[in-house]
Amino acid sequence: MAQNLNRRAFLSRSALLGCSLAASPLVTPVSFAAAPGDGRLVVIVLRGGMDGLDALRPYGDPGYAALRKGPFGVDRQAEVADLDGYFALHPALAGLMPLWSAGQLAAVHAVSTPYRDKRSHFDGQDLLEAGTADFSGGRSRDGWLNRLLTLLPGSDVETAYAIGRGSMAILDGQAPVSRWSPDSDLALSPQALTLARLVMQDDPAFAAAMEQAFALADGDGDAIAVEGGMREMMTMMNDDAAAARSAAGEIRMADFAAQRLRGDARIASFSINGWDTHEAQDRSLPRALSRLAETILALQKGLGGPIWKTTAVVAVTEFGRTARINGSGGTDHGTGGMMLLAGGALRGGRVVADWPGLDESALYERRDLMPTRDMRAHLGWLMHGLFGVSRSDLERVVFPGLDMGGDPGLLL
Amino acid sequence: MEFDPQLGDIRFGCGLSPVVPPPVSVAAMLSSLQGPDRAARDFPVEHWDDFLSRTKYKQSLRQLRRQNRGTPEAAEARKAQKVLARHAREAQMHWLGQHLLRRTWTETPFRERLTAFWADHFTATGKVGLLRRAATPYVETAIRPHVAGRFEDLLIAAVLHPVMVHYLDQDSSVGTNSTRGLKVPQKAGVNENLAREVLELHTLGVGGPYTQTDVTELAEILTGVTLDQVAGFKFRKDWAEPGAETVLGRSYGGEDARLADVKAALRDLARHPATAAHLSAKLAVHFLGDAPEPGVAEAMAAAYRDSGGDLSSVYAALLQHPAAWTPARRNVKPAFDFVASACRALAIAPEAMAGLDAKATMRHVQWPLALMGHIWEKPDGPDGLPEADNAWITPQGVSARLQWALAVPQMLLRDLPDPRDFVVTALGPDAPPNVRFAAEAAESRSDGVGLVLASPAFQRV
Repeated sequence: MAQNLNRRAFLSRSALLGCSLAASPLVTPVSFAAAPGDGRLVVIVLRGGMDGLDALRPYGDPGYAALRKGPFGVDRQAEVADLDGYFALHPALAGLMPLWSAGQLAAVHAVSTPYRDKRSHFDGQDLLEAGTADFSGGRSRDGWLNRLLTLLPGSDVETAYAIGRGSMAILDGQAPVSRWSPDSDLALSPQALTLARLVMQDDPAFAAAMEQAFALADGDGDAIAVEGGMREMMTMMNDDAAAARSAAGEIRMADFAAQRLRGDARIASFSINGWDTHEAQDRSLPRALSRLAETILALQKGLGGPIWKTTAVVAVTEFGRTARINGSGGTDHGTGGMMLLAGGALRGGRVVADWPGLDESALYERRDLMPTRDMRAHLGWLMHGLFGVSRSDLERVVFPGLDMGGDPGLLL
Repeated sequence: MEFDPQLGDIRFGCGLSPVVPPPVSVAAMLSSLQGPDRAARDFPVEHWDDFLSRTKYKQSLRQLRRQNRGTPEAAEARKAQKVLARHAREAQMHWLGQHLLRRTWTETPFRERLTAFWADHFTATGKVGLLRRAATPYVETAIRPHVAGRFEDLLIAAVLHPVMVHYLDQDSSVGTNSTRGLKVPQKAGVNENLAREVLELHTLGVGGPYTQTDVTELAEILTGVTLDQVAGFKFRKDWAEPGAETVLGRSYGGEDARLADVKAALRDLARHPATAAHLSAKLAVHFLGDAPEPGVAEAMAAAYRDSGGDLSSVYAALLQHPAAWTPARRNVKPAFDFVASACRALAIAPEAMAGLDAKATMRHVQWPLALMGHIWEKPDGPDGLPEADNAWITPQGVSARLQWALAVPQMLLRDLPDPRDFVVTALGPDAPPNVRFAAEAAESRSDGVGLVLASPAFQRV
């Protein structure tokens, strides 16, 4: 056909092609599957090991002042956001205070995964995402959020989104999930767009994936078809790439997550990096914390009232950090840490902790905050409340072998 | 269905090149593997021994810091450590460029494909510090020299390489009743990670005829295999669990722990018929697609058994099978093959690649690869990259390929080819008419070239 078609004839033909595609179910995917309930769960993986003792400061503990001085602590109490006379938020999280007052922010302190002693990011994150007690069954090939999906009736590929450029092993596994990074925006001239459809049209698998990509890219903020020359396209691509590496990257991920969760999606997960604060923590940690706060606020705004009401956002990290400040004004890899929760589905406004104390003898190996509960127990109760998954299924499939213990009552 | 030079390059090589001619026969493809490794010579990457000099230097800096706490010397050493880390990061990006150049210019493209296949089969990388940059030196040293030899030699080189020993935690495995284990009981404990993956991934396969007892026993055989302070290989007798162990019914070792017993166990696993079947099926899927005709893997496994695990004989059985030359292209290129074959079709000059600094390599290659689903040298797990086509044809993967194809070639090549010629260069004489048309109708050279590269005809082999 090609040789005989002049360009004008092709363009009018492709306009027709464009129309028929717009009406095709590939462009506007319609899901007839019953979505699994109204609950929404967003899991933010804080990679690098967040210092829970700095993010949520137990200033009421007499041991705290001895461990954390100067910019880390109690002598600057006026700057921090006091929660309950015992715990205070790091000043960089102060933007979350309205959520606290509304009962939509909660924290769980002195928790961890079952990971102990080696304190490696790699292993710690692997275990956090695998959701298993250890690696005795081999390094896991699937993540606990994916195993949750296998228990949700009516879930399909649209139910869960792994967002961002990095790997999200937490959603790896046999249940199909969607993956999208808002910086994989396509920047094409309208004609290149039409021609791209033409070269894909005889290959159903490629054509379907590309149409879904177009639909996702069009819906995540900026248009795929760019009028103008290569220069504009390059600018747009570079802007996307730059945005992905700045705080705006997390906001875009949050916006995209909110957009999908307003539709058929029920679960979204993405990462925020920058928590490995070995030195000058008073400068590095505030940056990471304000990104986290902005991300949570972006989710709240993006989801909007009614859906925010049924949402729980939880931020988890692979381990906490040393109780003491090290020689370079930072903290090293530790054990017990803090898990932050936000959302309208929460019974918030409180810090949940079986607080171990900060005396040297109360620390894990005399160096780290002692974990007093497995964070998976809290996550398990969240999923139980949000999705109605039975405790026995959670203890058997999602977190095999876990004893969830009593319900901490994190949800309304 | 018989040998076709173009298919030889597309399916078993690195794609068509406007400069390097395709192979002339199956025999030529096979004999090329026995010849000198010119691509490695022309586009060198770091060998493991040279990489170790980086870790040794780091070790000396750490010592200096410990001994001079709070002094200017310690501050200097800390600075030097940072420089060392940056240089290693930059070197990793340079090697990524070298890998692309090897694929662009090699006259033995089958070797590049096989090296990547076995590097993925024996996925390993460092988890901390400088070792995170060690994947390329590991592959160059432990994998590449053995891809056309006997599988048992490849297996031993990979499994006992320090990067693998570190990656699968063998360096923390101490026999409970070993001298060391009895002296420091809190450090004693056998770690089964490496043993399990040797059986499950590297040799017999997940459905293979082994039990948990075999895993435990092999883990005990492997005790003693560990690292020295700077991450060099070390066999420590005093970490080894004493006594003989039995794997798949065969007994290895005795009171005196020897590395030779570890190697003997690995050799026997390599020669097992289940290993022959597992590796043959995996190779067939890798080169021919998700569901190759069963006869291919059977012929390959027979060649494996008959030759005692000679990999060249296995490749011969693959290439001599009619199913290898089915004209229909079904298999989807993994992300790196896609990018590398685009570079080959464009004949990206070595100077152009060398002109990219580490940042540019990240922007033009590493990040796009991540969007396509391949996080370079940072595997999700020891099972490596997915083989199934639907793992790559995802909305994100396809759009990242399209975006790369439209935007990046012009960064690597000042004068892009005429898309009307390029469609034949890249796809061969039977380029589909719709792709030919798109190449001609595109508004710019970069669009035309990009659409050719993004076409399923280019992405399927």
